[in-house]
Amino acid sequence: MPAHVPNAGLSRRDLLKRTGGLAALAAFTAACGGNTGRPSSGGGGGGGEKVNLSQWYHQYGETGTQQAATKYAKAYTDANVSVQWTPGDYGTKLSSGLLSNKGPDVFESQLNIGMVKSNQVVALDDIMADVKDDFQPGDLATNTVDGKIYGIRMIVDPQVIYYRKSLLDKAGIKPPETIDDLISAAKELTTNKVKGIFVGNDGGNALGGPALWSSGGNYLTDDHKPGFTDERAAKAFGKLHELYASKSILLGSPTDWTDPSAINQGLVAMQWIGMWAVPGMQKALGDDLGVFAFPALDAQGKPAVYSGGWTQFVSAKSPNVDAAKKFVKWLWIDQEDDQEDWCLNYGFHIPPRKSLAAKAAKLQSGVAAETVKLTGDYGHTDNPAWTPKMGTAFTDLLTNVIKKGADPAGEIAKAEKTVNTELSRLFG
Amino acid sequence: MSAPVETSAPAEPAASGARRGSRRQKGIAGNALWFWVFVGPFVLGLLIFSYLPIIWSLVLSFFEAYNTATPSKFVGLQNYVDMLTDHNFLSSLGTFTIFAVFIVPLTFVLSLVLALLVNQVKIARAFFRSVFFLPTACSYVVASLIWRLSIFNGVRFGLANTVLGWFGVDGIAWLSTVSPPWYWLPIVTVRLWLQLGFYMILFIAGLQRISPTLYEAAYVDGAKPGWQVFRYITLPQLRATSVAVLILNLIAAYQAFDEFYNLIGNVNYARPPLVYLYGISLGSIQDLGHGSAGALILAVIIMIVTLLQSRIFGFGKAGD
Repeated sequence: MPAHVPNAGLSRRDLLKRTGGLAALAAFTAACGGNTGRPSSGGGGGGGEKVNLSQWYHQYGETGTQQAATKYAKAYTDANVSVQWTPGDYGTKLSSGLLSNKGPDVFESQLNIGMVKSNQVVALDDIMADVKDDFQPGDLATNTVDGKIYGIRMIVDPQVIYYRKSLLDKAGIKPPETIDDLISAAKELTTNKVKGIFVGNDGGNALGGPALWSSGGNYLTDDHKPGFTDERAAKAFGKLHELYASKSILLGSPTDWTDPSAINQGLVAMQWIGMWAVPGMQKALGDDLGVFAFPALDAQGKPAVYSGGWTQFVSAKSPNVDAAKKFVKWLWIDQEDDQEDWCLNYGFHIPPRKSLAAKAAKLQSGVAAETVKLTGDYGHTDNPAWTPKMGTAFTDLLTNVIKKGADPAGEIAKAEKTVNTELSRLFG
Repeated sequence: MSAPVETSAPAEPAASGARRGSRRQKGIAGNALWFWVFVGPFVLGLLIFSYLPIIWSLVLSFFEAYNTATPSKFVGLQNYVDMLTDHNFLSSLGTFTIFAVFIVPLTFVLSLVLALLVNQVKIARAFFRSVFFLPTACSYVVASLIWRLSIFNGVRFGLANTVLGWFGVDGIAWLSTVSPPWYWLPIVTVRLWLQLGFYMILFIAGLQRISPTLYEAAYVDGAKPGWQVFRYITLPQLRATSVAVLILNLIAAYQAFDEFYNLIGNVNYARPPLVYLYGISLGSIQDLGHGSAGALILAVIIMIVTLLQSRIFGFGKAGD
């Protein structure tokens, strides 16, 4: 190129080479990189520097929760804690993250024995020792394997059925006491504009556990055998199909059962949902809101509440396990104000600490108080021996029974086989 | 004859030739350098992110590997046996077959029809080409969400149900109704919308390769425009393109994931192989031994079917 051309220093070929080279380099470095959620300033830890910790959350639906989580992390002065907030399929991302050392140092999840056996989480008995008695036994049990506590319960999320009082009153219906009552109520409340109940777009898989409990069964027995195989369990699953086939349940809602939009928008009279949605429902419906537990299968059964929630864990693959444990203790044991804020100022959750739950003013009236009572009376927590593989087999059972009307006994036999294989692998 | 010429060759031209050779060698070396600058990172990426995982997957498929990507216990062929007798895995292959039966012929016919129409347009051809090609640029996830949330949601204000309402028909829970299996309609239509444009472009390229003299000769011989010309000239001339479209389509059908996962989730009545394997390996189950065995079985099936398809249609023969 002649010298008098202004950009003589950069021919088209040069430009192509350089930009191409840069693009290739960028692509390569991007491929090699990975967003771990930790601050970019390096691993830290040496020479008196603060260590960097990455804390992973799923995306909570309630406004302000992400800012709150970030605020707590920033307030911690002994380490640089970054918060990674994950919309969408958090479980899968977390599972993949825990396979590598690029995963979180601290994360929320639910415990299953596989995480312990594959050494993904560390025991937290030392930091729990002083406050163990302040936690509900169920919340300890759900995080205990072989006598060791692996997680600190952050929130308790009871799942129940909330309903529009006015619609039930208008139809002259009382809150159902048996599953048959629930089916009848759903039918009676169904009009051409409003469906009786919303239990999820999958037709009611979330009700599988409560239906099982309401029949007197359980996922696993105390001696690690399938607890969902008797005739009463089959009857309960059959009732879920009856509810589905009654054409009184809402299907195909733009949001699923974890979001209160369906009941708030007047699409249904009743909705299966967690207590986290109570503030949102109260805002939309005012006092026109009642609650009942999943009803008993029959006179022999008992109502059931799924006492779900989230627990904080420390990853065994963290390069800073001690620092991570220290942070977890600070946030979920020492910082009672933050725990109260987290449980009560966004969605409603029952604080796992008995001492905090006792003084939670927002949970002492209305449907929130009723939900807390129902949880105390009929709550069931997860069994850590129930692995995701068992869960998938159980969900397949429910899908086949509820949606396809398959014979519950036959489907139970199929799921039982998978569960037994898993139990043999885990417990010999 | 050449020796005297070589010995008598003047020194300077020889030196000049050497310099030219040197420059050429330098040029070749430079080209090689730039080749590796451009291609190297991608080759490295391919090795690290494709070939290494495939090899690692092969290793894992012979081991027990729960919640870990490190082989923990050698189980021989047990994972393969388990997968081949797993009714869920076999059922996922059944789901794929149903999907392929819908999507492959529909995509083939509709993209060919679109290509024929767009190719015949006299004005604004580029515009129509772009309009039909544009959805190809859309993410499967985004399109699936639009289908699920706006068009095919089951409430009365969903687009499809609103249209049904105009005709006095009750709304349908498109994605939740198993009997009849309405969920196939959103699943198939979203993929059609997303991929028709791409295959249309392939057919247009094929159409433009057909020599006009063939048509002229056909007309001279008395062929009637329309079906006769299409049947005896256009379609045979598009054989290579058609086979490529069929093969690509079938492979893409095997790899169906996004629309199923985002429209109806991981449900056993409509779970293609990739969704099932994803659930086993990378989902909460984290059983990488069985997942790897299943992935390799699927890869072998795809290879066999592709080879059979190529053999049957004579893809790659001389003259294609």
